[in-house]
Amino acid sequence: MGELECKGLTKVYEDHRKALENVTFSVETNGIFGLIGRNGAGKTTLIRILATELQPTAGTASINGFDVLKQEGKLRERIAIVPQEARTIRWMTAKQSVMSYLLWRGYPYGDAKRLADESLGKLDLQEYANVLTSRLSGGTKRKVLIAMVMASEAEIIFLDEPTTGLDPISRRELWGILRKLGKERFIFLTTHYLEEAEELADKIGILKDGQLVSVGALSEIRKASKYQYSIKLALNASIPPLTDGEVTTEAHGYTQIMTNENEAFRLAKHLSEQGTRFSINPVTLDDIFFLLVGQKARDE
Amino acid sequence: MKRSKLSQILAGVLVNAVYEMKNYPIVLISTVISPLSLLAVVTFVSKGALFGTAIEGGLIMTFFSSGIALQSDLSHLKNDFKLQDMIVSSPTSSRVYMSGMALAEIVYSLPSIAILIALTGIYIHPSLLQIAILSGVLLVMFAISVALGFMLSTFSADVVQSYAFSRLLSLLFATLPPVYYPITYIPSPFNYFAYLSPTTYAAEIMHSATGYLSISFNMVVFDWAILVGVCAIILFIAVKKTRWKDV
Repeated sequence: MGELECKGLTKVYEDHRKALENVTFSVETNGIFGLIGRNGAGKTTLIRILATELQPTAGTASINGFDVLKQEGKLRERIAIVPQEARTIRWMTAKQSVMSYLLWRGYPYGDAKRLADESLGKLDLQEYANVLTSRLSGGTKRKVLIAMVMASEAEIIFLDEPTTGLDPISRRELWGILRKLGKERFIFLTTHYLEEAEELADKIGILKDGQLVSVGALSEIRKASKYQYSIKLALNASIPPLTDGEVTTEAHGYTQIMTNENEAFRLAKHLSEQGTRFSINPVTLDDIFFLLVGQKARDE
Repeated sequence: MKRSKLSQILAGVLVNAVYEMKNYPIVLISTVISPLSLLAVVTFVSKGALFGTAIEGGLIMTFFSSGIALQSDLSHLKNDFKLQDMIVSSPTSSRVYMSGMALAEIVYSLPSIAILIALTGIYIHPSLLQIAILSGVLLVMFAISVALGFMLSTFSADVVQSYAFSRLLSLLFATLPPVYYPITYIPSPFNYFAYLSPTTYAAEIMHSATGYLSISFNMVVFDWAILVGVCAIILFIAVKKTRWKDV
């Protein structure tokens, strides 16, 4: 089994803006890896470096043993990307879009035609095969883009915010497709929908201001988190004194206390005795994310 | 898997020309309007006397504008559809991508090229040597404009600016210089400005090769030297400065 490995990846743009700072991590290249972070956290910069589109300022990265800088030619035969804000070309049909992408990857015309049909079929897009993409809905256009990379032989697929701007139903449809795809190839996706990462990703990385602040399976991230439990109670309820933990939010009609296991059960007992209504749950990815990237992000 | 470079070139031709022409046939008409309308104007104003030079001018304009159009087309595909990002992260090289796209521009202009070639055959009756000279000049012109177009497209981040710039370059290099008529029609000192454009040298070679302009052999050699020199310089700059992968 292969591995995606980044060592000290740093990117400073020509305008001196630092997008990535010493990013170091490794993940196995199977399943789905979800990279989350706020806008401007460096997600697109990282994905573009790994997809050999962008030169890093310092550091190295390799995927399945191929260096992204020294062996980009070999790597490009094994990867495919749907960039952020990628759109289908409006003067082409869905089938023409998939076919031309395969031709660009060097497939003979006959194979490209056959694989385009197969890929559109897998995504239930046959009825749109000969329809101009300008006439398709946003969700269907996005599916066509996925069909393009899916039709290829690429074993590693980068998707930069694949569901941004889609309605909830289209998003869930696409999740189903990505889940299936993740069983056959390695998918590296970026998203700022935490629910999406939680739903799809086998492993998650959290980027904050160009630095990777956490990486691993959700259970590992939860374990490594400063707090493992979340208690929510009404805004006007009196909060018992905390020995360990913090009040993380006082908005949206409730107060949230994040704390460790022992303290959570002590508080729960105390609140029950007081007759205060509350809920207690293990921390979610949302909680961990906001804990790591800052409370300000949640308030926004 | 064995990859075919021909397929990769064909992809460019299909995306940048064939599919658009097939799905929107109206573009076939618009591609012939520009060179043929100028040809008609020059022919009518000169009462038919400049028909021959105007045909050659039409060919120069078509080939030059086709190459320059690459700038706005590539910029459109790169910035609006993010196509170039998808291609960079694929087994296609920048040279193959550019070859396919450049060929697409010629395919896109085929209707006007076919009409102009037919007019050349009917009206000018070129000999084999003349055909070779005309073809050579047009190929060099095309190479200059393709290199220029590709280089500019890789720097462009704004498609509106790209289209405006493309039109400006076509106007400066293919419409304003004396390509539809002999340079002798331009009074001094304006004729000196005309020599700032490589298309002027191309037109001089073509007009003299077909007998519409009388210049010395040395002048023809000088024109070729300028044309080939400009082509070499622009190709050199394009190869050195073109950005395929972002930095």
